[in-house]
Amino acid sequence: MSDAITTIDGVAMPAARGAIAPRSGARPWTFYALATLFALYVLALYGPMICIYILSFQDVRGGLVFPMKGHSLHWFVDLFTQVRTGDVKGSFDRSIKLAILVTILTVVISFMAGLGFRRRFKGDGVVFYVMIGSLVAPGLVLGLGTGLLFQALGIATSWYGSALGAQLSWTLPFGVLVMFAVMSRFDDAWEEAARDLGASRWQTIWLVIIPVLAPGLVAVALFGFTLSYDEFARSLQTAGSLNTLPLEIWSMTLNVTSPSLYALGTVTTIVSFIIIGVSLGTIVLIQKKRGGRAMPPERS
Amino acid sequence: MQTAFRPLRANLAGWFFVSPLVVVLVPFFVAPILVVLAASFFSTDGFGGLTPTFTLANYAEILHSALTLNLYLATVKFTVLTWVFTLAIGFLVAYFLVFHVRSQLLAIGLFLVCTVPFWTSNIIRMISWIPLLGKEGLINDALLATGVIHQPLEVLLFSDLAVVIAYVHQLTIFMIVPIFNSMARIDKKLIEAAVDAAASRFDIMRLIVLPMSKNGIALGTIFVVSIVMGDFFVVKVMSGGGSASVVGAFYEDVGVLQYPTAAASAVLLTLILIAIVSLILRTVDIRREITQ
Repeated sequence: MSDAITTIDGVAMPAARGAIAPRSGARPWTFYALATLFALYVLALYGPMICIYILSFQDVRGGLVFPMKGHSLHWFVDLFTQVRTGDVKGSFDRSIKLAILVTILTVVISFMAGLGFRRRFKGDGVVFYVMIGSLVAPGLVLGLGTGLLFQALGIATSWYGSALGAQLSWTLPFGVLVMFAVMSRFDDAWEEAARDLGASRWQTIWLVIIPVLAPGLVAVALFGFTLSYDEFARSLQTAGSLNTLPLEIWSMTLNVTSPSLYALGTVTTIVSFIIIGVSLGTIVLIQKKRGGRAMPPERS
Repeated sequence: MQTAFRPLRANLAGWFFVSPLVVVLVPFFVAPILVVLAASFFSTDGFGGLTPTFTLANYAEILHSALTLNLYLATVKFTVLTWVFTLAIGFLVAYFLVFHVRSQLLAIGLFLVCTVPFWTSNIIRMISWIPLLGKEGLINDALLATGVIHQPLEVLLFSDLAVVIAYVHQLTIFMIVPIFNSMARIDKKLIEAAVDAAASRFDIMRLIVLPMSKNGIALGTIFVVSIVMGDFFVVKVMSGGGSASVVGAFYEDVGVLQYPTAAASAVLLTLILIAIVSLILRTVDIRREITQ
């Protein structure tokens, strides 16, 4: 996933732009075939989501499929007031708080690990592959292991304790991989320049590395927040008695067969889109502020 | 002068910076895995209590069960189908973005359009297929209206087809991103040279683009295979309970407090996953691929 960032940075350039297309400007038939495929892919990607957003605005007669039956906010009100749909408000609240905690920890820890992995050190491979293991391990299995571990140690599982740790085992590998992509475009010469000018190690990090890497750190934060906010498998056995939002959605998919479910989908997606918008906006803003100043030279 | 001391200092600095990462991964990845491993050798009283003995009975039970084989066959089937479709779509989409979209800004914009859903809820994206695939869903309605079919298709939702659709919908992005990245690094001079040397479009694809996208494909494959094999949610919801999966059975076992058999099954699955991932890693240095 790391490369979403390189393009956001506007640093990586797809290299062979138009190389296969004849230089005269005429498009080969493959262009039209692939463009059609791409359009269909995007349609399949967004189409279903848009359907449930539309269906969530039905009135009280609404069902799970088209056609639309009236227009109202009934199911949104239903979602937050009805007891039968579960504790949506509380789980929403917990999920946001948890996601903020996870985001802060993910940014700090991934940034430090990114600094650490820049140079080889003894045992770096072990740490790296343990991290990859944490990424590919089945979430439910890890969740169960964490749950049993806490049980054996006599610590109660909770969303702010065991679930926080379980989610970090998922967000950190992503965060560090994004940091790798970001760091690979950081020119060590700047750091050396700062040292030569008498900056302490701490000043170098605070005044040079962090400002230069700021867009990448925002991207790490985006990963941290959204992955935590949507995390399900690892939280299932570790969240304790109080549900997070994805767990609430999971129990709704099994019990609730009204457009409430779609209303919840609309609400969580709005939150996701706000987070994505704010993150991408911040990155663009940082890039703009830098304006004409030299961009990091591309290295490959 | 300092070279003699540098290794030690570099090691200390390195470990200092990764220490917070280690502090999280040890209790929340290494220890849980070891707990599951240990539990797979324990016996149970049937009420969730574990007796710390050493028994291979749990492994014997799952290995002798015909159910296990069926579960793995089902899971492998979904994994292979999902892998084929995500790879085909991911490769072609990445190829289109890198080689056919001429405007840099447009390519980045379209790439972002592909990645945005990754940052939204997977569960919601999965259930969003219900209004389309259902018996009274849009696809059936459209097919009925055009007269292609006269009875609504029931295989669309709550079937293996729906499971594969949901997986492909969620996971194609994991192919697009690494393949896009590999392709973007192909030097365009190489392709121009091939064109000048009268290589056909097919030859360019076969001899240049495909081999040079190999690392991206490997990375994407690791993501897709490990996610599908470790998933139970999509299978459970989208098959309507009709299909089982390895992790689904694990979840059922946990539900009835059969921790040791669940643990043994988890260990078996993890071993198979490790084998697949290490096989892929033999063909690609993932760390170099990522840091390049």
